[in-house]
Amino acid sequence: MKILIPFFAVIALVVIALVGAQASHALFGIWIPYAAVLIFVFGFIFKVLKWGRSPVPFRIPTTAGQMKSFAPWIKQNKLDNPSSSLGVLGRMLLEVLAFRSLFRNTKTQLYPGTKLTYGSEKFLWLGGLAFHWSFLIIFVRHFRFFMQDVPYPIQIVEHLDSFLQIGAPLLYITDVVLLGAVTFLFLRRVMMPQIKYISLPADYFPLLLIFGIGATGVLMRYFAKVPVVSVKELVMGLLTFSPVIPQGISSLFYAHLFLVSTLLAYFPLSKLMHMGGVFLSPTRNMANNNREVRHINPWNYPVHVHTYEEYEDDFREKMKKAGLPVEKE
Amino acid sequence: MATKVTTPKPDQLVTSIDFTPPKTGWMDTPTIIKPGTFCWGAKGKNLATVEFPNARDWNPSDQDWKLPENWQEIFLKGMEDLLGKYRSFKVFMDICVRCGACADKCHFFIGSGDPKNMPVGRAELLRSVYRKYFTASGKMLGKVAGARELTVDVLKELWYYAYQCTECRRCSLYCPYGIDTAEITIMCREMLNLLGLNTDWISGPVANCYMKGNHLGLEPHAIMNSIEGMIDDIETVTGVRVNPSFNRKGAEILFVTPSGDLFADPGTFTCMGYLALFHELGLDYTWSTYASEGGNFGFFTSNEMAKRLNSKIYAEAKRLGVKYIIGGECGHMWRVLHQYMDTWNGPADFLEVPVSPITGTRFDTAKVLKMIHITEFTADLIKHGKLKLDPSRNDDLVVTYHDSCNTSRGMGLLDEPRYVIKSVCNNFYEMPENTIREQTFCCGSGTGLNASENMELRMRGGFPRANAVKHVKEKHGVNMLANICAIDRATLSASMDYWVPGVRVTGVHEMVANALIMKGEKERETNLRGEPLPGKEGN
Amino acid sequence: MNNAWKIVIGVVIGFVAVFGFPFYYNLGKANVAPKLKYDTPAILEYEKEHGKKECVEPKEFMAKEHMQLLNTWRDEVVRYGQRIYVNSRGESFHISLQNTCLNCHSNKKEFCDKCHNYLAVNPYCFSCHIVPKEKQS
Repeated sequence: MKILIPFFAVIALVVIALVGAQASHALFGIWIPYAAVLIFVFGFIFKVLKWGRSPVPFRIPTTAGQMKSFAPWIKQNKLDNPSSSLGVLGRMLLEVLAFRSLFRNTKTQLYPGTKLTYGSEKFLWLGGLAFHWSFLIIFVRHFRFFMQDVPYPIQIVEHLDSFLQIGAPLLYITDVVLLGAVTFLFLRRVMMPQIKYISLPADYFPLLLIFGIGATGVLMRYFAKVPVVSVKELVMGLLTFSPVIPQGISSLFYAHLFLVSTLLAYFPLSKLMHMGGVFLSPTRNMANNNREVRHINPWNYPVHVHTYEEYEDDFREKMKKAGLPVEKE
Repeated sequence: MATKVTTPKPDQLVTSIDFTPPKTGWMDTPTIIKPGTFCWGAKGKNLATVEFPNARDWNPSDQDWKLPENWQEIFLKGMEDLLGKYRSFKVFMDICVRCGACADKCHFFIGSGDPKNMPVGRAELLRSVYRKYFTASGKMLGKVAGARELTVDVLKELWYYAYQCTECRRCSLYCPYGIDTAEITIMCREMLNLLGLNTDWISGPVANCYMKGNHLGLEPHAIMNSIEGMIDDIETVTGVRVNPSFNRKGAEILFVTPSGDLFADPGTFTCMGYLALFHELGLDYTWSTYASEGGNFGFFTSNEMAKRLNSKIYAEAKRLGVKYIIGGECGHMWRVLHQYMDTWNGPADFLEVPVSPITGTRFDTAKVLKMIHITEFTADLIKHGKLKLDPSRNDDLVVTYHDSCNTSRGMGLLDEPRYVIKSVCNNFYEMPENTIREQTFCCGSGTGLNASENMELRMRGGFPRANAVKHVKEKHGVNMLANICAIDRATLSASMDYWVPGVRVTGVHEMVANALIMKGEKERETNLRGEPLPGKEGN
Repeated sequence: MNNAWKIVIGVVIGFVAVFGFPFYYNLGKANVAPKLKYDTPAILEYEKEHGKKECVEPKEFMAKEHMQLLNTWRDEVVRYGQRIYVNSRGESFHISLQNTCLNCHSNKKEFCDKCHNYLAVNPYCFSCHIVPKEKQS
């Protein structure tokens, strides 16, 4: 059930788009994409602000290496246990761009007897990295549909992505990598008993949705080609706020666009917000300089304590007998 | 409650670990509160002492937990309150993608195979409630969105698993977003405390610490008696009579260590180590009977309680007029001191930046907190050649070092204790790299789980650590497990006896004192434990 | 924490900067799809002779699949020495970019480049072939 619900949800989305686009190009080509972008942008900002409303009362970095010690002869691990803002920036970049923490991943195995081992396990790191980076490159590459004069850097990305020069139109490496990585992440979720056990429909849905987006994209580029000039005209119409529906664009494109719109609208409501959340994670975005720089808790309030005077009142005679100095005789 | 709980034998325990999840989904798998894996419920009088709400005697194995009428409202109100107070909690409730990287990083999962003990599983128990009451999708879609009602059974499950987490943060190390189960457990326990759902093993020490200054409830004269016993023992071993002071105004340094060091072996040997070292240095320091606890079991109940207990340290430093504070060997004590104390009870502007009176080293990294770790202090002494050491006195020991969770992942104190250990003993071997330093495994009994009624849970949780020790025992003949944590000294002793008989446990400063050549000492025949030194066995 | 808002605002600004980019980049730019010119002397001559303009395959096919056709042609000639292409209408053509395609479409700037530039496509045809002199009427 946890897999079937999202599976049929994605199938339904494709069918809705294929059928619906025939009925109203404007709805699927203009209004739904606009609505999706609005939900995405405002939903994302709303969510981040909602997180931001709660303070960070304590400085609680997870320290992942030697701290900055009292003397330089003990060497600090500046990236895994940063003590400065620059170090935190480095740690965050390493986390966001290279998935530093996942790189540590190990696999625990219990052998007959009592032997436990923790082998290096880089597949999740590799799969995650492949997925996110290819997604990013594909997104950047799509800017050639989003800009009137395509800037040189975008052309470079596109050029590098197709440098193998396989087939015509040239095969993009990231197309293969993305679909492969999504498939891997999906299979991993289905086949590893523990991961399957904790997976929710909300875990399968984005994977299947992104697979659908990738698959419709690949179909359009390599197999059931769409007139790209018209497609760009439509997209540019949206981006310049003068929407047009050029003739001759097949439903496949509308299906692709609808799935992307779904992803955008779904994004702020879902776990996909880890994109914004990772930057706000107090265990990763804070410097371990606790004893050196004061951290203020905005809601710190006075508490009822048991004072020394009360303590001495409780034990004065015993203290005097034991020879301990007291404040009041 | 006097029911005798039997702990399975090690081989039975290992064979009972089954990593196959149940056929039914976790929401549909009822949680059975199993003897040997939970601690007795809190006593009403202890909770009342610290003015906790809904104080009453209760028993987790009873059907009726005597919850207040509006328990659900209290719990959810508490949750809303905490979500508003802690960004960590809010973000960690929202962004988990359930990638499972944390799953097999938890010692309780490794030792039990229970999927609800995967950090992600444990967090989902609470997240499902969060979704139901705090997210639109959860309210509308219910179970499809991973949401569930907060029922009495769910509450019991939350309690059961909140007390099967030692807040060691190992999961947060591997999480790509740094989601820290400790943070989630801390919140969960705080909410449970609104309903009086604490454990006896935590609430007792908290009440003791509040009223008497330390977890063990040692009254002032008892503390002195205990230390006087150690003074005698030190004299017997070294011929030197050390002369510590208590509650002395005008001392330069206040020394604070967990009360566990005053009470039971092998912590007492560590304490003797401090006493001998400070005496040898002629350090102008004092003990306090009021702030006689470095540890903080309040941290395992609520943020406010932790702050209330912690307040004594600065208050006492101020009253005595010391310049700064040295803290002894303890794990969660240092998480609390390092990451919370100044924010709670600072600024300690009545204190001065710590400067070692022996070496002149200024501890600028502690310039705000004004408190340094004793291994920092000692490492500095050794680096400057201020201690006369004879490491060969520890030659009967083949040592490995267990990093405490809190000093590793909540501070980063890794090389200081290692430097000290390597300076005072000749045979030191590290455990495998995925089990030490920031990747260290919990002893299995932190955060107030070191009771006796939950021994099976503790041994399960202690399995990964013990297994790594076993590895170096077999490979290098390791027979001594060093650490810098009072809870470790107590709990690892039990865990070693169970899993790796023949390996004993020591604090770092016990080894320091054994190697330390003191002025005017006699020819030493034994170590602080009264066992013959290597080469003196025949005497 | 004191600088909480800094982080939050940083995230929001970073987010808007990235995702808003296509919107403000195109501000003030007209959305003009390229119009191709089919008015070279050779095409006009063909039209005079045959009464219509037509390519080796139908226009819709060429628009979508020309790259694949050219690829096939290249392989046929270079790998198999096959120089004759029979189209869907049964007519035969000499396979040659230079002498067949570019004979008619002798206006690379007004034909090939129009769409390729619009969509930022950089085909590598002319890393081997010579660009013919632009001819237009």
